[in-house]
Amino acid sequence: MPRPGLPVIALVAAALVYPLVFGSPAAINVGVLILLFAALGTAWNLLGGYAGQISFGHAVFFGIGAYTSTVLLKEAGLSPWLGMLAGAALAALAAVLLGVPTFRLAGHYFAIATIVIGEIAHTVVRNLDAIGGARGLFLPILPTSLVNYQFHNSRLPYYGIAFGLYALALAATLMVERRRIGYYLRAIREDPTASRSVGVSVLQYKLAAAALSAALTAICGTFYAQYVLFIDSDSVFPLSLSILIALTAILGGAGRAYGPLLGAGVLVPLSEITRIAFGGTGRGADLVIYGALIVLISVAQPGGIAALGDALRRRLPQPA
Amino acid sequence: MTALLEIEGLTKHFGGVLANDNVSFGVAEGEILGLLGPNGAGKTTLFNCITGFLPPDRGRVRFAGVDVTGRSASRLARDGLVRTFQIVRVFPDLSALENVVIGALLRHGRVSAARRRALEVLEDVGLAARSNVRARDLTTAERKRLEVARALATDPRALLLDEAMSGLNPREVAEAVALVRRLREGGVTIVLVEHVLEVVMPLADRVVVLQEGRAIADATPAAVSRDPAVIEAYLGPQFIERA
Ligand SMILES: Nc1ncnc2c1ncn2[C@@H]1O[C@H](COP(=O)(O)OP(=O)(O)O)[C@@H](O)[C@H]1O
Ligand SMILES: [Mg+2]
Repeated sequence: MPRPGLPVIALVAAALVYPLVFGSPAAINVGVLILLFAALGTAWNLLGGYAGQISFGHAVFFGIGAYTSTVLLKEAGLSPWLGMLAGAALAALAAVLLGVPTFRLAGHYFAIATIVIGEIAHTVVRNLDAIGGARGLFLPILPTSLVNYQFHNSRLPYYGIAFGLYALALAATLMVERRRIGYYLRAIREDPTASRSVGVSVLQYKLAAAALSAALTAICGTFYAQYVLFIDSDSVFPLSLSILIALTAILGGAGRAYGPLLGAGVLVPLSEITRIAFGGTGRGADLVIYGALIVLISVAQPGGIAALGDALRRRLPQPA
Repeated sequence: MTALLEIEGLTKHFGGVLANDNVSFGVAEGEILGLLGPNGAGKTTLFNCITGFLPPDRGRVRFAGVDVTGRSASRLARDGLVRTFQIVRVFPDLSALENVVIGALLRHGRVSAARRRALEVLEDVGLAARSNVRARDLTTAERKRLEVARALATDPRALLLDEAMSGLNPREVAEAVALVRRLREGGVTIVLVEHVLEVVMPLADRVVVLQEGRAIADATPAAVSRDPAVIEAYLGPQFIERA
């Protein structure tokens, strides 16, 4: 197993240097989105990459996070930081309740079920007038401060928080990887029947992975709400978001700790380009490109970008 | 000797096929039991029903004096009843060591302790030199041995081996036979499904023969190999005279 030392140092250095080199608000925005999607892909990876349960419904947890903290802020004046924790807890609960029936499904059937659940959640929220319905929710504008989780003069604090989200998801992943649960999740991905034969409680470990993955995803949803200050069902619950989250991990390297960061580094700039090329309503074009990428990766390099690195390293002379 | 594993009236249908028909037998602690029978006799189904991978239609399974019928496979593994698969099931993208670590984690919560146990077991089965090879890159014989190692790493009380030796060359079979003997000396109770008689007869203390789902014999290897019903079921009627 790789030691965390060097990649972690390189990561922190790159994250610090990036805003110094690319100072424009637009560039910081791209940096925020890369870190946000790296965090989302890393959260997804716990369930999809390690445990092998491919979800195309993670926007549900993102949306739960965004809506929970926003509704609690608007209705009860609760700090978004506390709202974030409530959203994470609610998302973990939802993951367990949804997981109990769906984790019985194998492979593609599970993936299809997650798409269906995501679309149902999307539709329900659009029609729930109590939480804004199709009009969505504007967040109350509060003075710039860390406590308020709002910053109006600069995007740099958001960049810093996004880095924190990614660091949290990565730390969770590295901890899982080194523990019994990390071995068991990979065993389940490789062969659930063989896993049972050596005493692995398959459902229990899938649920644990789903709950952790969902909680981390929901925390990112709260961040999005505080960053954009407006949410609606089409921005936080759409299928295209679920697919982008999954694709970030799959493109970068499913089941590899640093894979999603690589995926986000490629996909976020790419989706910014398609947005500019096809306009704000270019969602259809996004899906076509994402679909093509999924096909390309699964045919050409199932291990994603991270596996390319491994293949390269194997060709280089090994240090003694 | 008290029976560690007791099967009582076990019955299992698949649609119209009666795969196990009222099968009863016991396995004493420390015994090597051979389970014989032609292809399709119901041996694998019986393993599946005993180890919690299939629910039996009728009948009971008792392990260490406790009725464990209906317990899940993972629970039974924790109880110390572990099986291997006829069609080898390793974790293909994980290294040989990681495969065995996953077995060892059942009794060792810390990965470092599980690794130590896994390395011991890999040494025992002669796979130490292949620890870092991905399971998918091992030979068939090595993968079979790896599956046994992974099961052993759980420190089972009883190990059910489903054709662990079929497809091996004579040297590999000899090594596997020696391994089974060592395991028994280490106190593990073993049920061995094989259809290669030459392997089972010298190794087993007792033999149960299945035919079309029914247990048609339960005796010592010597007695079973003289039993005309067994010879007919197993080898076909043309072999009776020669026997
Ligand atoms: N999952 C299953 N579904 C339907 N029939 C099965 C299944 N498993 C086994 N069988 C049938 O049960 C009988 C016993 O098979 P099996 O237990 O595999 O025998 P053996 O291991 O002795 O070769 C066979 O007729 C087989 O076709
Ligand atoms: Mg069989």
